[in-house]
Amino acid sequence: MANTADGQSGAGRAPPSPATTAGDPARDTAGGQPRFSLRPEVGLKKPSGRVAAAGAGEASVEVSDGATVPDPVFSCHDVNVFYGAKQALKNVSVDVGRRQVLAMIGPSGCGKSTFLRCLNRMNDTIPGARVTGTIRLDGRDIHDPALDVVQLRARVGMVFQKPNPFPKSIYDNVAYGPRIHGLARSRTQLDDIVCSSLTRAGLWDEVKDRLASPGTGLSGGQQQRLCIARTIAVQPEVILMDEPCSALDPVATAKIEDLIDQLRGSYAIVIVTHSMQQAARVSQRTAYFHLGELVEVGETDRVFTNPRHRLTEDYITGRFG
Amino acid sequence: MTRRTVRRLVNYLALGLSGVATAVGLFFLFAILWTLLRNGLAGMSFSLFTEMTPPPGSSGGLLNAIYGSVVMTLVGILIGGPIGMLAGTYLAEYGRASRLSAVIRFVNDVLLSAPSIIIGLFVYELLVIRMGHFSAIAGAVALAIIAMPVTVRTTEDMLNLVPQGMKDASTAMGAYPWRTITSVIYPAARSGIVTGLLLAVARISGETAPLLFTALNNQFWSTKLTAPMANLPVVIYQFALSPYPNWQKLAWSGALLITLSILVLSITARVVVSSLQGGRR
Ligand SMILES: Nc1ncnc2c1ncn2[C@@H]1O[C@H](COP(=O)(O)OP(=O)(O)OP(=O)(O)O)[C@@H](O)[C@H]1O
Ligand SMILES: [Mg+2]
Repeated sequence: MANTADGQSGAGRAPPSPATTAGDPARDTAGGQPRFSLRPEVGLKKPSGRVAAAGAGEASVEVSDGATVPDPVFSCHDVNVFYGAKQALKNVSVDVGRRQVLAMIGPSGCGKSTFLRCLNRMNDTIPGARVTGTIRLDGRDIHDPALDVVQLRARVGMVFQKPNPFPKSIYDNVAYGPRIHGLARSRTQLDDIVCSSLTRAGLWDEVKDRLASPGTGLSGGQQQRLCIARTIAVQPEVILMDEPCSALDPVATAKIEDLIDQLRGSYAIVIVTHSMQQAARVSQRTAYFHLGELVEVGETDRVFTNPRHRLTEDYITGRFG
Repeated sequence: MTRRTVRRLVNYLALGLSGVATAVGLFFLFAILWTLLRNGLAGMSFSLFTEMTPPPGSSGGLLNAIYGSVVMTLVGILIGGPIGMLAGTYLAEYGRASRLSAVIRFVNDVLLSAPSIIIGLFVYELLVIRMGHFSAIAGAVALAIIAMPVTVRTTEDMLNLVPQGMKDASTAMGAYPWRTITSVIYPAARSGIVTGLLLAVARISGETAPLLFTALNNQFWSTKLTAPMANLPVVIYQFALSPYPNWQKLAWSGALLITLSILVLSITARVVVSSLQGGRR
């Protein structure tokens, strides 16, 4: 069984593809976009943060249980979620590291989506849902009454399982967030945000001639990239993705995975997936949930090659779930 | 073998009976339409739209009644439509699961099926008695009260059709509920809401009883909302019951006019709905 897990991650975990690395600088120069940084401090932390997180993260995994990382963007402590009397999450404590992808796997109904919705307080919108415990974003409790949930959601974007563009033009879909948060002072600035977001979502070339046509007219994969563009248009710090590829074909899935790999350079990403290959391909850390509990979390390589918990092992080797 | 025969016979019997029932229903429908067309078309003329309702025995048209119907229907929908839309929005979005919504929904259903004569009497007590006389505005208010529950219901239904994922997406972008409603949900449900409003217009444009108690009638051209105003349903009612042939002829024409305009409204609403469903696919 260890073999299977090894083989899986070995085959699945491709090194960052040359296309991706070559594409990055090419995009930045070819697009000629003024790189907007509406939150300059986020941009500035980039180089040091990445190295530190990767280097120290590995070390700490070996000594701790893997739930914590140095300088986390999100740090969750003893999070419990109840839907009415039913408890959906039990004492979940985990950190989300900067500029890396945390994959969440586990059998259906184990609370992955529930946990994701805690991070941008979307559980608030569900009648009867109750969240306890502390969740800190950059050290600040997100349940602090002084913190505006609208601001929180601007900093923590979300991409859903089913592509859900608004019934508006492609342009207006991407401009939606900047408009409601007043991020653009002029039409040209808004144009720039739309263009750069679509470019970073890898959709610009496909839609640049039809920005005024409805977003719902795109293919499923294009719609999902439009939703990603819409999310990054407000320059969030974290992007939450709930099974973003489950409605897509393999080619569209590969595009989204490439995109996630690129976005990792600027954002923290938490992705829920039912595909272990996908978790292995795109994530640096993996968390395994089971019946509302966080069973195991750690470096993706380690979790897939050397799971510490019996349940994790059973799940990733396909004996369960 | 015998059981199969019995089943087959029962099937044919049921099929036959429902066929007969359909034929009977359609017969009366077409009989009504045919009578209406035969009698109404005879009186259709240019003067119908240019002249006022005449005294008995002389010729005239329905201009003041048509004008009054259009004005009162429009004012009615302008009052009842927005209130109904907002209430429907509350039921579908803000108060989806609250106990208050359940109460509102129940009361709305009662209002929806309340006989319109009751609403006429209610507005009579509310406005006509206080103002001391019949008036167009009282008629419009009565029509608004009839249009409101229809709009509440259709708005709620249409907003519930908007996929939850779309609403969530907007909320997750950091939009306040009102922003989500105006920028995402209303545009997504626009044609459905418009259809609901059209159906409400169709519903109130033929109402007679509430207008009898509120706007009454006016032989002359009047644009004052605070004065009695002519309108097609009441004119039809009065003229049809009169012994004068020229009044009866006008009543037929008026009935045909109303029927045709309701037909046009309903067909428009249907076309809008089917294009909506087409867009959803
Ligand atoms: N809105 C809700 N109301 C009541 N119970 C809910 C609600 N949403 C989720 N639950 C329950 O909470 C538990 C966790 O659900 P959740 O959607 O987080 O699972 P999941 O891990 O995302 O599953 P899947 O992989 O199928 O998406 C489940 O038992 C589910 O029935
Ligand atoms: Mg889920």
